Amino acid sequence: MYDVVVIGAGPAGSMAAKTAAELGLSVLLVEKRQEIGTPVRCAEGISKENIEQFFEVDKKWIAAEVTGAKIYAPDKTEVVMSEEMAGNEVGYVLERKIFDRHIARLAAKAGAEVYVKTTAVDFERKDGKVKVRLRRLGEDWEVEAKILIGADGVESKVGRRAGIIKTLRMDEVESCAQYLLTGLDIDERYTYFYLGREVAPGGYAWIFPKGDGSANVGIGVLPKIAKKPAKEYLDAFIEREGIEGKIVEFVAGAVPVYGEIGTAVSDNIMLAGDAAYHSDPITGGGIANALSAGYYAGKVAAEAVEKNDFSAEFLRMYDNLWKNDFGKKLRRNKKLQEKFLEMSDETINKLAASISGKNLKEMSVRAIVTELLKAHPKLLLDLKDVFM
Amino acid sequence: MPRKAVVNRRKCAYCGACIAVCPVDANELVETYLEIYEDKCNGCGLCSKVCPMGALAMVEVE
Repeated sequence: MYDVVVIGAGPAGSMAAKTAAELGLSVLLVEKRQEIGTPVRCAEGISKENIEQFFEVDKKWIAAEVTGAKIYAPDKTEVVMSEEMAGNEVGYVLERKIFDRHIARLAAKAGAEVYVKTTAVDFERKDGKVKVRLRRLGEDWEVEAKILIGADGVESKVGRRAGIIKTLRMDEVESCAQYLLTGLDIDERYTYFYLGREVAPGGYAWIFPKGDGSANVGIGVLPKIAKKPAKEYLDAFIEREGIEGKIVEFVAGAVPVYGEIGTAVSDNIMLAGDAAYHSDPITGGGIANALSAGYYAGKVAAEAVEKNDFSAEFLRMYDNLWKNDFGKKLRRNKKLQEKFLEMSDETINKLAASISGKNLKEMSVRAIVTELLKAHPKLLLDLKDVFM
Repeated sequence: MPRKAVVNRRKCAYCGACIAVCPVDANELVETYLEIYEDKCNGCGLCSKVCPMGALAMVEVE
């Protein structure tokens, strides 16, 4: 019997496996795909601070470093955020294919077993344990665990079958498509965001440089108000912007923009990362929270094993940890997303114009909202409580 | 006539978006392909709305 079985070897799952194994637990990490880290379903951006909290940075999995962001309103009004002081808040664009494998390898190094091309078909809680049915190459077998960690992504079967998460509604998920383009002529010091109902209804389009003239160029749209598939919006965006580059990779995906769930645990089970809707409702960013959640889940698993208590009540310790870390931010940014969805293109243009030209010295959602609140205290009155 | 979701495998990008929104657990990402369990599908069409590729269609069945 394992102490912990982790389903899903993305950043959340591998981080949980690594942490639990380092604390001396017997761990099995299961990935349904035959390759870890692909396809990425991700724009790969993360702040420097968030990554350095957990890892010694290795150039092998950093595709590019950016020092600022440019946001474009529907009428092309530009808002620039740049880090002038050599600080911590600059961003990285990762090479997830390498990064994800790096964490999985660290988990393996710490003693975790890793199975790829292996699906968790089902699980059952019985006598205070979890029986997990695995399938690989057509062969089924069962393993037992004290704790099951579901890090199985936005499509989490663990979370749904355990009754922890609800199915996402059409305004709680972003439908995304992305090309890796090469041969681009862009200023690679910035990430770029494009807003507007025509361009990306209920979401935004992005360009994240990956070095050497290549970039992730993608789009997220809200199915509730989108009129066509994300891929068609992406092609229209590239056409409109006159972006000329060659497509060397294509990915699609869904990002939860749910906000904070009540609990990510039930008896013997914890959810981490996209499976627990941990991604940010306004930016869609999910790697940082996934890493933190995985780390906390691994820690709490070790405590639970030590106390031999796997009840939901005990595992709430994990809820407390991730909620204290980023729960408030999820709540806050969900409110901001709802506000953003109410805004017409004209309003966004007006807001952008009011802060355009002001050099925002921090790359964060908070920095933008703080600036907007100064310019439009009335318009954003209901956001004041959550942000100030 | 009842409707069921049908996947165009040549358009599907295997991303799992449809699974995240299915209220009846009628689909599954099996390693690298999408499986739709017709007996479970209630024909609601949410999966075809969220699909980034336009790979899911609702068809009428007997």
